[in-house]
Amino acid sequence: MTRARPARGGPVSLALPWPVWVPAVAGFGLIAVPVAGLVVRTNWPDFGALITTDAALDALWLSLQTGLVSTALCLLLGTPLALVLARSDLPGLPVLRSIVLLPLVLPPVVGGLTLLFLLGRTGPVGQLLDAWFGITVPFSTAAVVIAQTFVAMPFLVVSLEGALRTAGERYEVVAATLGASPLTALRRVTLPVVLPGLVSGAVLAFARALGEFGATIAFAGNLQGTTQTLPLLIYIQSQNDLDGAVAMSLVLVVVAVLVIVATRTRDVSGVR
Amino acid sequence: MSSARRLVLTALAAALALGGAACAESSGGEQQPTRTLTVSAAASLTDVYTGLGSQFEQANPGTTVAFNFGGSDTLAQQVVQGAPADVLATASTRTMQTAQQAGRIQGEPVTYASNRLQIAVPPGNPRGIVDLASLVGPQVTESICAPAVPCGAATEAAERAAGVTLDPVSEEQDVRSVLQRVQTRNVDAGLVYVTDVTASDGQVQGVDFPQATAQGAAQDYLVGAVAGSPNADLAGRWIQFVTGPQGDAALQQAGFTLT
Repeated sequence: MTRARPARGGPVSLALPWPVWVPAVAGFGLIAVPVAGLVVRTNWPDFGALITTDAALDALWLSLQTGLVSTALCLLLGTPLALVLARSDLPGLPVLRSIVLLPLVLPPVVGGLTLLFLLGRTGPVGQLLDAWFGITVPFSTAAVVIAQTFVAMPFLVVSLEGALRTAGERYEVVAATLGASPLTALRRVTLPVVLPGLVSGAVLAFARALGEFGATIAFAGNLQGTTQTLPLLIYIQSQNDLDGAVAMSLVLVVVAVLVIVATRTRDVSGVR
Repeated sequence: MSSARRLVLTALAAALALGGAACAESSGGEQQPTRTLTVSAAASLTDVYTGLGSQFEQANPGTTVAFNFGGSDTLAQQVVQGAPADVLATASTRTMQTAQQAGRIQGEPVTYASNRLQIAVPPGNPRGIVDLASLVGPQVTESICAPAVPCGAATEAAERAAGVTLDPVSEEQDVRSVLQRVQTRNVDAGLVYVTDVTASDGQVQGVDFPQATAQGAAQDYLVGAVAGSPNADLAGRWIQFVTGPQGDAALQQAGFTLT
């Protein structure tokens, strides 16, 4: 197959060099084989019953709801944050960026504990919320959303900041010379240009929120219908009912794959 | 994006370094004359077993005791799946039976201690908790173990015996998480074991209640030698040690009841 022809010489091969393939296959196997193992290990005769228990349906519903709200929060807070990181000339931006990326590095449990120390009943902020408004954040669905947003937002910020940097500022410059205000340029030029990056960032954030476990169990606790998301239920179930845990894991995998596939196709049509 | 790429490279380098270190360690270990006894033990035994481990090492020169602490269910599953443990010490009869039924326990396991539930409250018991019934209602928030884990099953048994249904704000994955909720004052009370109250060093206070000794509420501790272990002699000596006078003293000090 010749796809491009240089000015001189023979046809150019764009095939990947062979050293790429071996680790690529190994890497794919590392991810795909365990997931395939999940399919093999599933108790198919009882699958329907296992994933339609009250607890499983409650957890799935709660996971979808909190995941969507967290993604919306990530968009609301993370988009401006990415704009500041990519386009502003604040001093100390590298430090700011490393702080924003911390949830990627921190074990989620640590994130959950820090949230608990801050917003718990004896925490500096939690104490005030309790005294002034009688609000207790831990053990509420709001706590699940806060924990998920905490761990998921960096995914959106990184993805969007990358898109902003790749797109560059030339279109905004043109818009400004044509008399567009900064707000108009942002709305009509910048955001449409980086829309694919925004979408893939939101998908990553949603996927991360859907799989969130450590921060949630540390900060929000575990109660069916209120804070027990699918990953929490899977973990608790795995203690004494592996069949149920495996079946629900498969549901989580299917939801994640559906989300990724659905947005992938939209992503491509958005670019081309 | 360069910072992201640097992050990936650093992670790869770290992974390679760790992998190399692990290889070096395992090849070096084979040449050492010391023998390692691997003990898979319930998380609630962490303090007692760690202390007993150093005593055992002193009494048996050239022996190192390595611990794998975790939930009894997880440990039993690991042993069934062929994890290289020499001794299995669980916090329930059921989990030991899991390993036994898979033919992974040599001989009969020994039941040597038991643990009972207590209501953990902040020091001074500000809410005046006296029994399970006083936990019911929205004015008192409590945290308990999820029914799927052993301490949760014990809690359910105690609830049944008392004819009370608790309304927890959270069902935790393990008993230490319940303790942490009380210690950090995010709940008013929690159902934990006596040994957890002892381990909290005065950060919580324990309230006894009659149903703690009901059928299914008390937790038996069993220890058994794993079948096919190359260190069967050491495993036997460990079981004798923890069920002997030194083991008894350490267990009692931690709040366990001897059986």
